[in-house]
Amino acid sequence: MNNRKFTLGKFLVTFFVVGFSLICLYPFLMVVGGSLTTDAEAAAYGFSLIPKEPTLAAYKVLFSNRTMILNGYKVTLIVTVMGTIFSVLINSMMGYVLSRKNLRFRRFINFYVLLTMLFNGGLVPWYIVCTRYLLLKNNIWALIIPSLVSAWYIFLVRNYFSSIPDEMWESAKLDGAGEFTIFHRIYLALAKPVIATITLFAALGFWNDWWLGLMLVENSKLQPLQMLLRTIVANIQFLQTMGSKSAEAQALLASVPSDGVKMAMVIITTGPIILLYPFLQRYFIKGIMVGAVKG
Amino acid sequence: MKKMKSNLPKNRKANTRFKLFADLKNGWQLYAMALPAMILLFLFAYMPMGGLVIAFKKYNFRQGIWGSDWMDPLFKNFEILFKSNAMAMNAIKNTLFLNTLFIIVGTIFALVLALAFNELTNKHLKKVTQSLSFLPYFISTVVVGIFVSGLLSYENGTLNKLITSFGGEKVAFYMNASYWPLILLIVNVWKGAGYSSVIYLATLSGIDGSYYEAAQIDGATRWQQIWNISLPLLRPTVVVMTLLAVGRIMNADFGLFYNVTNDVPMLHSTTDVLDTYIFRALRQTGDIAISSATGFFQSVVSFILVIICNGLARRYEKDSALF
Repeated sequence: MNNRKFTLGKFLVTFFVVGFSLICLYPFLMVVGGSLTTDAEAAAYGFSLIPKEPTLAAYKVLFSNRTMILNGYKVTLIVTVMGTIFSVLINSMMGYVLSRKNLRFRRFINFYVLLTMLFNGGLVPWYIVCTRYLLLKNNIWALIIPSLVSAWYIFLVRNYFSSIPDEMWESAKLDGAGEFTIFHRIYLALAKPVIATITLFAALGFWNDWWLGLMLVENSKLQPLQMLLRTIVANIQFLQTMGSKSAEAQALLASVPSDGVKMAMVIITTGPIILLYPFLQRYFIKGIMVGAVKG
Repeated sequence: MKKMKSNLPKNRKANTRFKLFADLKNGWQLYAMALPAMILLFLFAYMPMGGLVIAFKKYNFRQGIWGSDWMDPLFKNFEILFKSNAMAMNAIKNTLFLNTLFIIVGTIFALVLALAFNELTNKHLKKVTQSLSFLPYFISTVVVGIFVSGLLSYENGTLNKLITSFGGEKVAFYMNASYWPLILLIVNVWKGAGYSSVIYLATLSGIDGSYYEAAQIDGATRWQQIWNISLPLLRPTVVVMTLLAVGRIMNADFGLFYNVTNDVPMLHSTTDVLDTYIFRALRQTGDIAISSATGFFQSVVSFILVIICNGLARRYEKDSALF
């Protein structure tokens, strides 16, 4: 057939796709390069992907503040592990309940979950409820509990469980198994793909979360990594803009490779995700496809 | 006969009561399993919904949301909001404008990307490029903010270095609000295109191959096949995804607008959206009256839009609506 015409089209398609994926990759490489660049070189040539005189100065600055960073890691790890475990358990249990057709109040509970997807009270009441009524302020629970439940995860699990034939449940029931036993022995095992998906989404959400830290935590000892990153950026910006007059701030700024420190901090906070990414990304693609079917 | 008739309602009542009892007896484990999620939803979704009344109250920390006195007149907070608040109006305008822009450009770009992925014949290339296009979705907006400042900062930003190396003048991006709709659009597409394209790709991979074979026999070019087969079959997905996005048009991605712009006040004229405005009014100026009134407006308009758009989506494609 008309192959000739196609080579041009094919070339353009490949060019577009490869171009876009390189644009997606570029900032990550820029940050790696930038974190190893000296301030003088950055000022002269900007951030190159491969610095001429690589330096670990930025990492040294961060290493001298390691108690702060290690503490951030500790907070983020606790939040991610606890948050993911509870989130997966609570949401998948609810998904199981909603998939049981013989349950009397199933329609009501289903609506109860659905309504939270359609309508919400917004930031102000949420904030006051969290801080004034639930006392979720400046403690580790404030970083976990508010984002444990997700109607989206619940429906994802419900849809998957609904596709499991009822005979499975009936035969287990005949063997005398209780609902919880059926759920965790049989259904969880059968629903591995969807459980993997919500586990990954939940873990990623907790790892990347800065929102709860911004809203509900002021204590610097409880700052998760993403919040720490924000604080460092804000502090450097503060020095750059406001402190430019005082000699002290100038000296401080000169001694710290400011952009390099930010970028090194990005590597430290995002590194684990990037390292795990090649292994995890196929689950995400599968998960989105499952989720795309219906909310 | 008579007796039976009179007994019927009674019987039914007893029957329901028995059923309820049996249901609780057999199903208590199920209800217990639903309880944690129901409690959490009550605390973090239903209590704030009830807390919306705060927009009509004179909030006082000691008395709490429900104990505080009613505003007099009741709509005073809204009067302040709609009569003399250019900032809030600006935030509403920006939210609608930028979200519309994001929906239109984002959808088109994700579609083109999905079609392009679908055309790739090399399996490895497809896998690698798709994984890369997905990468930005995995990082927090705080990190995206640092990426953007690395590219755009006045001193060392890559883009400014590029401009000066071609003999141009440096551009102070963080001081000029007019660049930011475009910058945010690019960032938003960059971050979300890989993710959205997967959904379209799923639809594409579900298209029966025999359509294309028949078209090929008829001598259709690849381009004609895309135009006449792929796109029409993608339309329901596109329509539904767009409708669901329009339903959320009053809600901006707080992280994008707060972290990527670094919340620079000089940029607020084009980058301040409802979510950032409410956040500032609540946390920085501590103005509960205005922030709660704006929030109430946002919640209610959002709810109406979601219901309308979902109704339209259901009418268009029965199975793909949210409810």
